[in-house]
Amino acid sequence: MKIAVCIRRVPDTEMRFSIGPDRQSVDPTGLKFDLSDFDGYALEVALRLKESQGPGEVVVLSVGPESTLEIIRKALSIGADRGIHLAAAQVPFDGLAVAHALAAELKDGGFDLILFGRMATDTGNGTVGPMTAELLGLPCVSAVSALELAVGAGTGTAERELEGATESLRFPLPAVLTIDEGIARPRLPTLKGIMAAKKKPVESRPAALGSIRLTIATLELPPERAAGRIIGEGAGAVPELIRLLRDEAKVL
Amino acid sequence: MANILAFAELRGGAPRKVAFEVVSAARAAADASGGGEVHALALGGPGIASVAGQLARYGADVVLVLEHPGLEHGNPEVFSATIAARLRTGGYRAGIFPASAQGRDLAPRVAAALDLPLASDITGFDMTSDGLIARHPAYIGKAIATLRLTGTPALVSLRPGAVAPVEHARAGRVEMLEPGLEPGQARVVVTAVTERAAARLDLGEAPVVVSGGRGLKAAENFKLVEDLAAAFGNAAVGATRAVTDDGWRPSTDQIGQTGRMVSPSLYIAVGISGAIQHLAGMRTARVIVAINRDKDAPIFKVADYGIVGDLFEVLPRLTEEVRKARADH
Repeated sequence: MKIAVCIRRVPDTEMRFSIGPDRQSVDPTGLKFDLSDFDGYALEVALRLKESQGPGEVVVLSVGPESTLEIIRKALSIGADRGIHLAAAQVPFDGLAVAHALAAELKDGGFDLILFGRMATDTGNGTVGPMTAELLGLPCVSAVSALELAVGAGTGTAERELEGATESLRFPLPAVLTIDEGIARPRLPTLKGIMAAKKKPVESRPAALGSIRLTIATLELPPERAAGRIIGEGAGAVPELIRLLRDEAKVL
Repeated sequence: MANILAFAELRGGAPRKVAFEVVSAARAAADASGGGEVHALALGGPGIASVAGQLARYGADVVLVLEHPGLEHGNPEVFSATIAARLRTGGYRAGIFPASAQGRDLAPRVAAALDLPLASDITGFDMTSDGLIARHPAYIGKAIATLRLTGTPALVSLRPGAVAPVEHARAGRVEMLEPGLEPGQARVVVTAVTERAAARLDLGEAPVVVSGGRGLKAAENFKLVEDLAAAFGNAAVGATRAVTDDGWRPSTDQIGQTGRMVSPSLYIAVGISGAIQHLAGMRTARVIVAINRDKDAPIFKVADYGIVGDLFEVLPRLTEEVRKARADH
């Protein structure tokens, strides 16, 4: 099987961050960057498929500036076979502009499966995967939480979580899937993998981005929650909590 | 003056709460920007035209209905093709989807098919002369982005719970649609939609969420959390990532950066330290209560009311008191 995994470099959201002087972006000073969470699951799915389905190739693609090579290298050290860096000075916030660049690259790649994370943790958009599928004219299942392939038959089945329900779907290959958390716990890079990654090929070419019609006008920190209060200790504080919930917060 | 299209999500042939939210949001946007009709789309199996009255009550002037025996469970390709075909007829300045699992699946397909701007998971928006302005929590809610969409119709998906449904009765004239793609020709097929538990409230829709973390020490102790939720009667049970990773609770219960984002009226965090990953999923709750034995736990920084103490003593007492308070109503 030939599998593409589209990944993205995002800031670690566990860290404290501030808004840059342009009021439109995050100040990168002091931030750590990594593979977006869900992309880690997508990569894991690809590696497991390659292991279970016999000979194949896992190719990682990422759009962005020079620094994007960091996460391409990381994906290679985890087990991907080669990387494609689509160079752009910035990654547009507009998912459709990014999808155009990926679709142009993937179009003649002969991939059986094209995987994405369900969404990037920086934009929170979750649009690039289904958009890329649409541009390529390929079937798509988004937010996949369980997956089985019958590669010989050229079909697959997937589950995705709806609110309060699970949806089961059937689809033909080739297909585009976006992967939800929990499907398979991602492995970590090994020292051997890190050494091997240095010899794996990474091609770099300019990203053919689509036109941009969705932009960030301003970015602000959310209003802080008013400082809370500790109303007491132990079970003895429960009556006071009940009173506050009923009379002050009016939620009881 | 142009119209606004609202995708009314159905489940089992009935509108979900988010359907009323998007119709209400469309109504408000139309009225605030010089008028125009709200067209609600209801797509599904035979008989779903009967939902038109409900959608009209929240402000739909027209209810566009596609009924087909092959669409009982829905179909992403048929739905997106039908929505795209309708938008292509012109006369729309915006299209609104819910930012639900279904809406977030359909909206990008439609945007790419028609080459339109799309803003996802927005909490509010205003129409402009050449598109719209939307507010969107980015960086897992650690920043609020104001987005500019250029081009019409501009598409958005609206975060569930961000806009309250408001009754605003309109005619709701039913117009039947043809599918944009014959259901028999769809490549992706929905084979089943399995409701998890009929009696259980969904985390995203429950007015009260009671969540447990590692402090509960073992899977079986979630009984205490479930008892408290049951005492409220309108509560859903959530969990932290640590708990779902350990298999104490199903992954669908996870609240946080990689799980569900919830905004209930009341959120009770039990034995949860308050990692940023978790706070990302619940910090927009209206009232937050924390019960934790560590008085320095970060959860107390966001909690409106905190109790420091042993949850194994506090929780049974709280359950009893909530039950009493509910009985007094």
